[in-house]
Amino acid sequence: MAEVKNDEQHAIFAENVYKIFNPKTENEVVALEDVNLTAQPGEFISLIGPSGCGKSTLLRLIADLITPTSGTLHINGKTPHQSRLDRDYGMVFQAATLYQWRSVQKNVELPLEIMGYPNTVRQQRAREMLEMVELEGFGKHYPWQLSGGMQQRVSIARALAFEPSLLLMDEPFGALDEFTRERMNMELLRIWRTANVTVVFVTHSISEAVFLSSRIVVMSPRPGRITNIVNNTLPYPRDNDTRELPQYFQTVTEVRELLRDAHEVE
Amino acid sequence: MEKSKSISEATFPEQFMKAVRYYLPTIMVAVGVLLAWESLVTVFDIQQFLLPKPSLIGSRFMTEINLLLDSESRSLLFEATGATFREALGGLVIGCSAGILVALITARWTVITEATMPFAIAANSVPIIAFAPIMNNWFGITNPVSKMAIVSIIVFFPTMINTVRGLTLVDEHELELMHSYAASPFKILRSLRIPNALPYIFSALRVASPLSLIGAVVAEFFGGPRATLGVFITQEASGFDFARAWTAIVMASLIGISFYVTVLIAERIFMPWHQAEQSSD
Repeated sequence: MAEVKNDEQHAIFAENVYKIFNPKTENEVVALEDVNLTAQPGEFISLIGPSGCGKSTLLRLIADLITPTSGTLHINGKTPHQSRLDRDYGMVFQAATLYQWRSVQKNVELPLEIMGYPNTVRQQRAREMLEMVELEGFGKHYPWQLSGGMQQRVSIARALAFEPSLLLMDEPFGALDEFTRERMNMELLRIWRTANVTVVFVTHSISEAVFLSSRIVVMSPRPGRITNIVNNTLPYPRDNDTRELPQYFQTVTEVRELLRDAHEVE
Repeated sequence: MEKSKSISEATFPEQFMKAVRYYLPTIMVAVGVLLAWESLVTVFDIQQFLLPKPSLIGSRFMTEINLLLDSESRSLLFEATGATFREALGGLVIGCSAGILVALITARWTVITEATMPFAIAANSVPIIAFAPIMNNWFGITNPVSKMAIVSIIVFFPTMINTVRGLTLVDEHELELMHSYAASPFKILRSLRIPNALPYIFSALRVASPLSLIGAVVAEFFGGPRATLGVFITQEASGFDFARAWTAIVMASLIGISFYVTVLIAERIFMPWHQAEQSSD
């Protein structure tokens, strides 16, 4: 395990990270170029940018589902690999990715089962998690019996069931309609407060990024890189009224212009 | 797809009427076909060795049932049915278990899967029934094992191929989820690959169950004890009692249907989550 002295306080520490797919072949793609990013514990960070900007790639590097080509990446002061073995993060994909053969309760229990928690703890924890995402009473349902928004809430409950310090979300509400998405955003902020986790949230919705995050990482494609990091000073707790604040609109405009600038640089 | 939460809340008379409405067309078609068969054979005066009347087949059945019920005598038809049933079932169980087992072993190592699958697929297109005389030679023509062996080989390949598919064609994100939990290969197998393979296995069993009966009966055509359906059919046909041969054909069909229905019931028990998706078919 690689302990690094200067970044122990960081939930995420990335320095000169590159990710190149198919290096030294015709199909070489520089997915990420010179990424530098740090995140403090408890932050809510959004990665935003057009498709091909490497936002999902960065998330998958953090999750150790792929490995960086070069550079330093540490999660909670450890290598991503060690942090995955330590079960430091919970993952939420764009599709809810529930196992259709398991009831809702059993889906939330899945990580606990894999990690060898005793049965009573599993059931208890899964019930608490379903309560947190306001789905108590749906434990015996099968995933197909739930709406898309409800399925995604189950997926969040599952990701947090083993109390990871980090929640990684890859366009989790991208497939939902606007109204459901806004409700889910509110819900996610509430859960973020309750569960006390660091969130890394990939999205291509500007309004979603501004409403949720404490910092917004603006990325641009070919090669994928970070062009700006916007500090979002909108006060928490945020609610529907937040969307009416002048500062909200200003930040949305700021991010939109940064995305446009990044695009024009090409 | 319906978002129904009250699958079985209807009262009994409602359920009964629903069942009647559901099955009525099927029953009417069956009765209609039998009536048409009977009247066409009568009107056109078709010889019984070409196509016996259903009523004649029915009366042959009654004879056999009376023989069965009479403790003094024996019914060759029902003895033959029992023998063929055991051969088909034995072969089905052995062949499918072996298929699933081999799939579990090979799917563990991608290299082995990739090396063996082309052969399995090739073997699956070989008319294995052609080996029946050889199996008769190996195990003895009157030994039921010779028929079970043929049935086993016939059902082995579709079961193995489908199971391997089910174990390996896993949704990419469902697999990444397991990696995110740092799950061991064994836990991935148990909690993801095997449940994922169940629908594939059951669709293989749906194919294998009628195949097992075809295998047993056709293997018996190549020779076997008198009291087996295949031998019964060939003997009665060569003795020109075609109505009696037909009773054996009906029994063989009934065994096939009973296998199929058993698979469907097992499917509902082992895959309760699948039921709703199926009921909308």
